[in-house]
Formats: sequence, structure tokens, C-alpha cells
Amino acid sequence: MNLAIDILSWITLTAGGAFVFIGGLGALRMPNLYTRMHAASLTDTMGAGLILVGIMLQAGATLATIKLAAILLFLLLTSPTASNALASAAILSGLQPEEGPVIHRDKTE
Amino acid sequence: MYYAVTVATLITMAMALGRALLGPTIYDRLLAANMFGTKTVLLLSVVAFLYGRPNFLDLALVYALINFIGVIAVLEFIRERADREKAEEMASDESS
Repeated sequence: MNLAIDILSWITLTAGGAFVFIGGLGALRMPNLYTRMHAASLTDTMGAGLILVGIMLQAGATLATIKLAAILLFLLLTSPTASNALASAAILSGLQPEEGPVIHRDKTE
Repeated sequence: MYYAVTVATLITMAMALGRALLGPTIYDRLLAANMFGTKTVLLLSVVAFLYGRPNFLDLALVYALINFIGVIAVLEFIRERADREKAEEMASDESS
């Protein structure tokens, strides 16, 4: 039983680490703000969720698990709100999302 | 196993810092700052178990809240400034 929980938590931790890494790569390499926001939100949902659940499995039924659940709850509440506020502020400032295939503009600017 | 997650989080924080330095618009920088804060929360939670110090979880909890409030405050400031600049532009257009 212990081994099963260990294996499960290893899998979730590794998958969470992979999601965080991919999201960071996307936030660095994507061509414009909205695609970058899409990549960054990946780390906030899947990355944070999987890593925190993996640690929760390791912690077992202790106070640490409750704290981790509170952290996860706060992250799941606040990061979509921040993303929404950021996107609406960017749109209101006149930064329109492009339609169709997007080419790398940053290098030419 | 915690080491792998710690290293992945640290690399992602470095990439977020890179985006914050490169980012053409101010919103890119803000997005990177928000991401950096979220990754700090994750890093604190993982390090708490890596070094066996569960007290770090309290820091992570507080950091999650402060990071959100900070990003919203900066966004509000930028929005106010953009509104003000737009209003000044319209006023100067009318007077000319």
C-alpha cells in the first residue's frame, strides 16, 4: 500500500514538473502575449495541481496536507482571476489578439 | 524525486525571468512576474518536504495571497495610467 502511494506520488510529481517546465518554455518562446498567457496558465493549473497533489500523497493525513490543500485552493481561485484581469487590461489598452497563423514578430521589432 | 521537481521549478523561474526581461509590452512582464510568484509558491512547498521543514508551507500560503494582491494592484495602477493618458490625448485633440 505504501509502495503504491509512493509510486502514485512520484508519477504526479514528475508529471507536474514536466508541465511546469513545458509551461515555462512556452511562456519564454511563444510569439505574442495571449499565446504566452495560455502557456503560463498551464503551469498554474496542471503544474501546480499535480505537484501539490503529489506532495499531499507523500504527507499523508497530517496538518501539512490541509495547508497544501489551502494553497491549492488559493492558487486555483487567484490565478484565473489574475489571468482574466491581465487579459482584459491588455485588450482595453488596445493590444488586439491576432487571428490566423502567427509569425515571430519579436525578432524583427 | 523532490530534486527533479525543484530543478524543473527553478528552470521555469529562470525562463519567467527571461520573459520579464525580454517582454516587449508591460503585460508580458506582468505575466512573467505573476508566473514567477506562482512558481515561488510551488518551490517553497517542494523545498519544505525536500529539507523536511513543514514550516515553509506557511510561507508558501502567505506568498500565494500576497502575490495575487500585488499583481492585481499593479494591473489597476497600469489601467488607471492608460485611462489617464487616453483622456489627456483626447483633451489635447479637442484643444488643437
